[in-house]
Formats: sequence, structure tokens, C-alpha cells
Amino acid sequence: MKTVDDGILVRKIGDGTVIDHIPAGKAFTVIRLLGVSLPPRGRLAIIVNTDSGKLGKKDIVKIEGQYPDEDVIKLIALVAPHATINYIEGYKVVRKFRVEPPEEVVGVVKCSNPRCITNSDREGVSPRLQLVSQNPLRLRCVYCERYTEYEDILNQFMEK
Amino acid sequence: MSWISRDVINILDFTRDELETLFREADKLFEEDYRGDDLSGRIAALIFLEPSTRTMYSFYTAVNRLGGSTLPMSMAEASSIAKGESFGDTIRMFDSYADILIVRDRREGAATYAAEISESPVINGGDGAHNHPTQAMIDLYTIRRLKGGVDGLEIGVLGDLKYGRAAASFILGLTLYKPSRVYLISPETLRLKPEVRDVIEDRGIEYVETSDLKAAVKNLDVLYVTRIQKERFPDPLEYQKVRGSYRVDMSLLSEAREDLIVMHPLPRVDEISREVDESRYAAYFTQAKLGVYIRMALLKLILVG
Repeated sequence: MKTVDDGILVRKIGDGTVIDHIPAGKAFTVIRLLGVSLPPRGRLAIIVNTDSGKLGKKDIVKIEGQYPDEDVIKLIALVAPHATINYIEGYKVVRKFRVEPPEEVVGVVKCSNPRCITNSDREGVSPRLQLVSQNPLRLRCVYCERYTEYEDILNQFMEK
Repeated sequence: MSWISRDVINILDFTRDELETLFREADKLFEEDYRGDDLSGRIAALIFLEPSTRTMYSFYTAVNRLGGSTLPMSMAEASSIAKGESFGDTIRMFDSYADILIVRDRREGAATYAAEISESPVINGGDGAHNHPTQAMIDLYTIRRLKGGVDGLEIGVLGDLKYGRAAASFILGLTLYKPSRVYLISPETLRLKPEVRDVIEDRGIEYVETSDLKAAVKNLDVLYVTRIQKERFPDPLEYQKVRGSYRVDMSLLSEAREDLIVMHPLPRVDEISREVDESRYAAYFTQAKLGVYIRMALLKLILVG
């Protein structure tokens, strides 16, 4: 990973995870999404609206001392489809990969259809959505088959 | 796939060959006007948590003609649902009493959920604006009986293509066949939902979307009319804008092919004029009558084989 050099100093992390190429302004959404599964410990750095060759502007999240597991990492693709993950050990990138959304998302994203059985509080049915397409990101509810689009997912995590 | 203990959730869970098996069974029952004791000692729970006339009573009739018993639970008010019991608990309870559950609920995906938690087979009697698979079976069977089959026909679907579950299931059912063209006729705001459109496109069905019923009717072998359903509109203003947008009457039908059939899943409000009832075009009462035989055939295949 290249050093971010735009005048704001964010120190390199010795060990942990760097989530790069997050769409500008979506770092907090990624954090909220990770917040579902990632306990808050260690230091966290959020860099917003930094220059990017590929995206123009981008956000970066650095998580010190933690390596979220694969299932959690996959969820990042739901709000940052082009994000890359760098695992750092001893200040070196030991693994770098692009996020891929999961084939099925259970209990994380709500179905966009308000009349879906999974949105009925009394029933407590966990939402289950399957990946229909990656670009644009689109999921389909296993129950009512309605599409939930990228924008719907962003809105859900911005609402929280 | 075996018919025994099978769930009926979506018309697309079935292949064309499987539907043909169902239709042949229905033919036999229809031709003999069958009464029997095939379901003797078996109980069908009719769990209708949304109003129903045809679907509930035709299932009721079908079970009785086959010698089975019914356990009816109609409308939430009369039951423990009104006391706050969940749909899931209601399903579990009926699952322990009955051999098959026929379920209608306004929430979309309710039947899929019921099938997930029930050991007994579940038949979807309509889940909100989503699916109505047994209606689609009846519709396809009606076309088969009156027209010899669906392949090669030009079929118009008129009305509420956005919220109408009968229209959606019928259109999905058509994709199992090879109609020469499907005309999707609706006001701009009630166009087909993308989830159904994608299936039509994936399956290579030629279709036209239009608001012009008069122009489309000339080309049709089948006109499937649906009610614009007030209860499905999230916004009453949206309903007011489109209600009464279409009316099928003899003046419109004077432009149609001689052997056009007009279908409707019923109930109708004012979308088909009464004068059409007596004409050669009207197929909707035949369609309703055939519903009993399709539901008998379905129950027989699922519970007896």
C-alpha cells in the first residue's frame, strides 16, 4: 500500500487491517457495518476524502491490531464494492485482496420491501438476501424476491 | 421432482412437464366430474388471513369432493392472531393438526416462511402482491382447454402489473411456455416490477409494454384482465389516479379477433362490462369453474400421488 501523502499525517500501523478504496464519504458507513460484528478495541483511523488515482477521492479505514474475519470483510463489499483489504504485520502488507460480496447475506441487510414478512416485527424472521449482481450491486430477498439495491443498503446503514 | 408432500409457493417451482401432469390429472377429474374418498382421514388447514372467496371456497370444495376434511381459519379477527399470536406460531400449531396447509397472508414471502417452518406441505393461496401460484395454474389450464395450449399465442395482460399477484404469477407462468408475444398493458405507474421483467427477459419471451389497450386488443388471442386493487396501493392518491383506467366492453371487443378469449382471476369491479358476460369472448366463469379441478388435482398429487 502506498503512503497517503496529502498533508494530513496518519501514521502507518504496525499490525492490523487497512481498508482502502472506500468511496469518498462512505468510511463511516463501513464502520457502522463493521460495528455489527467488530468489537471496539484498539485504535481506529478514518481518512476521508483523500486523493485517489482510481476513484478521484476515496476514504481509508485503518484498524489497529485486528483482522476481521472473512465473513465480516465480505460485508464491506455491500457498501464499498471496490474496497481493497490489506492485512499488515510488522509494518508490511502480508495479504492484499479486493472485497467480494457474499452469495447470501443473513440478518445484516433489511429487505427493501416494507410488506415483506422479514420486516414484520412480530414475526422475527431474519432477513436473507441473495446476490443477484455485483455491478451494480443488487440483492434479492429469499422470501418476497424483491430486489434490494446498493442505494437501499447505503440508506440503511446511514440511518443507523 | 416428486409431487408427494411438495410445497406450492411459486409457479416457477414447476416445470412445463410437471404442469402437464397436473393438467392431465385435472382433465380426468373434470371429465368425470369426480367425487371420491382419496383424502379420507386427511385434514387440510385453510389459513386465510386476508379476504378470499374463490381461492378459499374452491379449496374447500376440492377437499370435500375428495373426501377430506377442512380446518378453516378465516380472517385474523376470529382467531388468536387478533390476540397477538404470530403468524409463525399459528403455522406451527396448524402444522401439528393438519396434513396440508393452504395459506394466504398479506405479507409478501409469508408462504415461503410458512413452508420453511412447517413439516406438512404448504400451498401458497396468495402472499400480498407477490405470488398466487394456484391461480396461475388455473389460468394456464384454462388457456390449454380453450385454446389447446399457450405456445404461439399473442397474450395481453391488462391492469395492475405492479401490485397484482395474479398478473405477476400468470406472466411468470407464461415464461414456462412459448407465447409468440406478450402485451403488458397498464397505466405508466402500474408497469411490471423489475423482478418479473428480468425473468421474462432472461427466458427470451418477446414482450411489448403499452398503455394503449385499443391498439393492442386487435392482435390478441387471450386478454387477461386484472382488477386495479385498492388494498395494495401504499398511497391512496396513486390509486385514485389510475382507478377505472380501462374498461373492456363490446365496443372495444368489436376490434378484436373473433376467437379472442377474455380471462379474469376475479373478483372484477368495473373493468369488464356485464354485456361481455354473455358474449363468446367471456372465459372468466369457465376459468373460475376449472379452479376447483386444478385444486383437486393438486391436492391429490401432493397427498396421494
